Amino acid sequence: MVRNAINRLYLFIIFLFLYAPIIVLIIFSFNDSKSRSHWNGFTLKWYIELFQDPIIKKALFYTITIAILSSLIATVVGTIAAIGIHNMNDWKKTVILNINYLPILNPDIVTGVSLMILFIFARIRLGFLTMLLSHIVFNIPYVILSVLPKLRQLNKHLYEAALDLGATPVYAFFKVMLPELMPGIITGALLAFTLSVDDFVISFFNTSSGVTNLSITIFSMARIGINPKINALSTLMFLTVLILLFIVNIRTSKDIKEEKL
Amino acid sequence: MISKGGNAVAEHIIELVDISKTYDSTTEVLKTINLYIRKNEFLTLLGPSGCGKTTTLRIIGGFEQPTTGKVLFEGKDITSLPPYKRRVNTVFQKYALFSHLNVEENIAFGLKIKKVDKDTIKEKVRSALKLVNLEGYEKRSVDSLSGGQQQRIAIARALVNEPDVLLLDEPLGALDLKLRQDMQVELKRMQKQLGITFIYVTHDQEEALTMSDTIVVMKDGIIQQIGTPEDIYNEPKNAFVADFIGESNILSGIMKQDFLVEFCNHKFDCVDKGFEINEPVDVVIRPEDIEIFSNDSGKLEGIVESITFKGVHYEMIIKTDSFSFMAHNTNMYPQNSKVTIDVAPENIHIMKKAVN
Amino acid sequence: MKRRFLAYPYFIWMIIFIVVPLILVLFYSLTISTENGFVFTLDNFKTFLQPIYLKVLWRSLSLAGISTLICLILGYPTALILASRQMSKKSFLMFLFVLPMWMNFLLRTYAWLTLLEKNGFINTILSFFGIEPIQLLYNDGAVILGMVYNFLPFMVLPIYSVLKKINHSVIEAAEDLGANQYIVFRKVIFPLSLPGVFSGISMVFMPAVTTFVISRLLGGGQYMLIGNLIERQFTSVYDWHFGSAVSIIMMIIILISMGVMSKYDNQQEGGGLW
Repeated sequence: MVRNAINRLYLFIIFLFLYAPIIVLIIFSFNDSKSRSHWNGFTLKWYIELFQDPIIKKALFYTITIAILSSLIATVVGTIAAIGIHNMNDWKKTVILNINYLPILNPDIVTGVSLMILFIFARIRLGFLTMLLSHIVFNIPYVILSVLPKLRQLNKHLYEAALDLGATPVYAFFKVMLPELMPGIITGALLAFTLSVDDFVISFFNTSSGVTNLSITIFSMARIGINPKINALSTLMFLTVLILLFIVNIRTSKDIKEEKL
Repeated sequence: MISKGGNAVAEHIIELVDISKTYDSTTEVLKTINLYIRKNEFLTLLGPSGCGKTTTLRIIGGFEQPTTGKVLFEGKDITSLPPYKRRVNTVFQKYALFSHLNVEENIAFGLKIKKVDKDTIKEKVRSALKLVNLEGYEKRSVDSLSGGQQQRIAIARALVNEPDVLLLDEPLGALDLKLRQDMQVELKRMQKQLGITFIYVTHDQEEALTMSDTIVVMKDGIIQQIGTPEDIYNEPKNAFVADFIGESNILSGIMKQDFLVEFCNHKFDCVDKGFEINEPVDVVIRPEDIEIFSNDSGKLEGIVESITFKGVHYEMIIKTDSFSFMAHNTNMYPQNSKVTIDVAPENIHIMKKAVN
Repeated sequence: MKRRFLAYPYFIWMIIFIVVPLILVLFYSLTISTENGFVFTLDNFKTFLQPIYLKVLWRSLSLAGISTLICLILGYPTALILASRQMSKKSFLMFLFVLPMWMNFLLRTYAWLTLLEKNGFINTILSFFGIEPIQLLYNDGAVILGMVYNFLPFMVLPIYSVLKKINHSVIEAAEDLGANQYIVFRKVIFPLSLPGVFSGISMVFMPAVTTFVISRLLGGGQYMLIGNLIERQFTSVYDWHFGSAVSIIMMIIILISMGVMSKYDNQQEGGGLW
């Protein structure tokens, strides 16, 4: 009993450590003063200012556009590549997978810097295109690594079974292979989307001042000092993540329950 | 079967002519296979793993192209026809069910492609499920089914397309013994009921003996023997077949003259002829054909070295001067007791020495 | 199956966007630009051997090391408690634990800025007890705190997933053989959890060594870790050659630490993060 209580207390302290900063951030996003220490009454003015801030609005637009585009492209390219890699023989497979691992294992800063050098070397102006390309570069490996295990799990005769029942190769691909791979593809796409939304380092090196995402905007605002608008933004982003994760969790736990039936 | 009589070609639904298969230009999986399969027969390709039986089946299904040779279907060359254009369906090892579809959708998969109308599909799915004793399972997800049930769905999914030939690639391999025996009986029943050709691949000789009309024994990409289960069991053509089909005592002997063979320094009457005088041969004797006597009525003297109870019979190892025989008998002879053994002429199988 | 050609377009993509950029970094690191164009030299690496830069390297390694150690000390018991059988609502607790990680990395770091600054939350509470405001920001402690806060889940998750996979009958077997709780932990649970510990260590150490955001925000504008050194070469000093050389050095450090870790972590369990 005593041990159990100590365990719970310990866990509580760890959770407090994890959540305290976020909670303080959220509380002070409603504070009617720039102060981070004194409560001056409830306000929503930071939220209103946030939505009127053209820089933040633009950053939000770029963040979401790039996240959608890069995760879509990476998902398509990555899935196709994964199928190809899966069917390769040993040494070629090893070579490709090892190169594929580089953007994951390499420090983000090295990936970011190396891509920046490439773009400048190739005389491509830094901006939307380069940021999008760089996001696709680091997203594809994650998609491949999400789809490959699914391919490995797949009964290797599934495709043949479809052909055997009269499906043409194209029909078999879209009606059998793709649906069977779907869980892996969705995981990969979601992963790519979140990584893209969250990315700071690689975007930082591969864009110009005109095109920024939320991470870069937060960085430049925070570098100058505290800004209650960031608190408001944090609250909103935290809520978004919370809601999204709840939906995903409910869906997956429903799936698990259905599987158990 | 290699033609026994001059049967009309029309009776042969599938013919394999000089089929060979080589992987990566070095690994020879099949070496000149010639085989025909008659309409409505239950033919089993039997052999140890790596003998080429699955490759043969996949060539018939259209999943592999032979390196040389032709596949004929009712006399027409279908060697380069893709699987989806062949009137052949397959039950795969581990079933290959589509887990994103439910039972009904799995079974209806082939019919939908053929654009069969919805009501007919429903009816056909129902009768296919009835055939495999899973009525009412239409809406179940395939992952919720047991291995045996998944196996039945895989069979129903193939049979609903009314193929001329059903290919089965070790379909019962993943099931436990009891279930396997039940399914053997059911498969045989379905084959009789539907009157279609089954080509069955297995490494389990008992399974092959129970179900088949014809057994093709293969080893190292070569057909060793083709025949009815009785032929194969009673008259194995060589030591490999004898050993693979059931347990056997295989010993070296010398053919003294027609109907007389010598082994273990004794001469035995036998029913084989046509060997050269003093030709070295393999002698095969089934364990159950060894007669055991506690007195000295038998030809060979031996000592019971070990004894194991096997349910129906006892399995004994009887050691003679030159060979340890495995014998099956319903009577028990105590360990270390002295016995004599003998074999009836018709139970001595003589075959040419295997060339290694 | 002849679908391996599907990988060829991506192979070309990888050459252009992964291999060539790294070759360019290597090229820049081995050259300097003069009036006559690029000249091959090892000067950039020699520059790094100057005491000020070695000090930066040492600070990066030691801060990352300390942070990793703290994460291990805090994280192992956390994983152990979370994975223990007595814990009910395990999946909900894990959900709560992972949740902050899904928030933007910069916002999480920014949160500490508001807590630690001179008239921030903590100093206000301290002054409530009559304690003079203290400088909490812009020092090693603040940077370590930021690292621990951001990377603690990377330590807990791999250990947790390995611990959870331990078959409980193994523990019962040990108890059956006479081991008490302490011996069970020392001789059975801990050794079995080592793969998780090793992947946790590398998953914390690597981002900690390479970060430049935490050090920039919590350490202040003058604070230098190896990540900041690289960033500065490309964004304000514009010495790509030296920046590339430092990047290569950083890659080598990462490769070495990965090699060391994978030697112990043969199971390739990864993190179970996703």
